[in-house]
Amino acid sequence: MEQPEQNVVAQTETKMPKPAALQDTRPSEGAVAGPTGAEVFKSKNVSIYYSSFRAVTDVSLSIYENEITAFIGPSGCGKTTVLRTLNRMNDLVPGARVQGEVHYRGASLYAPGVSPISVRRRIGMVFQKPNPFPKSIYDNVAYGPRINGIRNKAKLDEIVENSLHQAALWDEVKDRLNKSGLGLSGGQAQRLCIARTLAVEPDVVLMDEPCSALDPIATGRIEDLMREIKSQYTIVIVTHNMQQATRVSDRTAFYSVLRDEKSDTRTGVLVEYGRTAQIFEDPQDSRTQAYVTGRVG
Amino acid sequence: MTAVAAPQQAPDLREPKGWRRSKNRIMTVLMVIAFVLTIIPLGFVLFTVIAKGASIISWQFLTGSPIPPNVLPAGIGGMWPAVLGTLLITGLATLMTVPLGILGAIYLNEYGGRNWLAALIGFMSDVMTGVPSIVMGLFIFSIWVLHFGYSGLAGAFALGCLMLPVVIRSSYEMLRLVPDPLREASYALGATKSRVTLTVVLPAALGGIVSGALLAIARAAGETAPLLFTILTVTQANPNVFSGPNTSLPSQIFSNATQPYTGAQDRGWGAALTLIAICFILMIAARIVTARFTRYSR
Repeated sequence: MEQPEQNVVAQTETKMPKPAALQDTRPSEGAVAGPTGAEVFKSKNVSIYYSSFRAVTDVSLSIYENEITAFIGPSGCGKTTVLRTLNRMNDLVPGARVQGEVHYRGASLYAPGVSPISVRRRIGMVFQKPNPFPKSIYDNVAYGPRINGIRNKAKLDEIVENSLHQAALWDEVKDRLNKSGLGLSGGQAQRLCIARTLAVEPDVVLMDEPCSALDPIATGRIEDLMREIKSQYTIVIVTHNMQQATRVSDRTAFYSVLRDEKSDTRTGVLVEYGRTAQIFEDPQDSRTQAYVTGRVG
Repeated sequence: MTAVAAPQQAPDLREPKGWRRSKNRIMTVLMVIAFVLTIIPLGFVLFTVIAKGASIISWQFLTGSPIPPNVLPAGIGGMWPAVLGTLLITGLATLMTVPLGILGAIYLNEYGGRNWLAALIGFMSDVMTGVPSIVMGLFIFSIWVLHFGYSGLAGAFALGCLMLPVVIRSSYEMLRLVPDPLREASYALGATKSRVTLTVVLPAALGGIVSGALLAIARAAGETAPLLFTILTVTQANPNVFSGPNTSLPSQIFSNATQPYTGAQDRGWGAALTLIAICFILMIAARIVTARFTRYSR
């Protein structure tokens, strides 16, 4: 969790005497090493509100093609909230509001006229808890292609098989595609959800703590799977597990909670963003250091 | 220092004696008593109806026509006009209200949110649940029957007024139980709201919605009061549900059972058993159909 002396520590570190709320959120430009792929997401000064509550303040970061980007940080720091702005899932929360700009491959996600439906067809999401539909395994995977208008049985069969192969689930379920998706174990159900997301051939896969309900073996399989598919997809993963971030991710964003002592409000901020190795081995911010070394959090 | 420690006394893991244990016993007994008390009248009704009605039920009783005058003994004519009337009128009422009620519930839960229209509709449908059935009959009498005459359609309108709020309320409660993560999963695949509702929310809630609709149908099938002013009660079969007076099983139970003639009383019991059997068959048929649709939900 977050410790009270955070603000004090932060202030001693800054070169410019800016108010804490502003200065904390900007990762230094040098922290992000040169991009390897194209810039998929670019968010600029994003603040997210739930009604009047400001959940996240002033997040700016870029996410690159065919990389795995991990969001880490203590509970309540807004990493999931930021993730959900990337495919407009926050639109479903009554009262949620996004300020600032989020660009996806150069197009603004929050411009007027942008359809969340079109956004989500390109940017898929895997949730914290496995949530297969109460349908057969086959229908779970075929759901996305079907809503995209694919009716051809042979084509659907092919998509289902490929997606389940990609999610490393095919061998376990190939003989029971007509059985309910709810009958699978937690790890299998999560891989089914990943297969379901991959079946619509998204450009980006967002993962919100996909392994938090799984045992280490199931977690290992999903991490292997992520490494395998990253050549075709761009992946953003929220995780509470720092080892997981070091194991799978190319870049890591560390978020933290900033408490305003006067009004006693809390808001999430992006503290530091960079190559995973740099974040864990040579963190520039003392809060990052405290978190990744296990002193807090 | 001893090498072997003295044998430890095993902890007592039994439920402690005293008030907590007695409370548990008392509540268990109370619940069993409550269950038995609930079952007694149900079983008694069923037993009496079967005992008195089974002897009169025959193929001729079910399909014969017309319904004989009250003074005639049992075994002449049959209840076909009433069976036909109940099936047609209840069926028509179901066709009108179940789709409407489910659509209304979808609006309330999926689209309306907290806006004033949804709140108003929800409130009005709750109020409608409490309106006595005879008032619904009078309402249809004054706005429909006075202008267009008695008909099965008017009866279906009256029954529909009774069914609609029940269907709305029960479907709404079922839709509310569908977990949001299922909706989110569908949205995250790029589904539109209508698609999410049709392909994820409705199938997940189907079992409960069908149960609620069945309760409403069974209740409507047994209603007498709203039909008194809307279909009249005749003895000839009227297959045209849209015009002309009609009849129904509950109406026939009412008009036969209040007579001093044993033949009429027997016909009343027979009609009661027929009505219960129709509802029972309907319930089983609907269960079989929904089991097919919900076979993946567990």
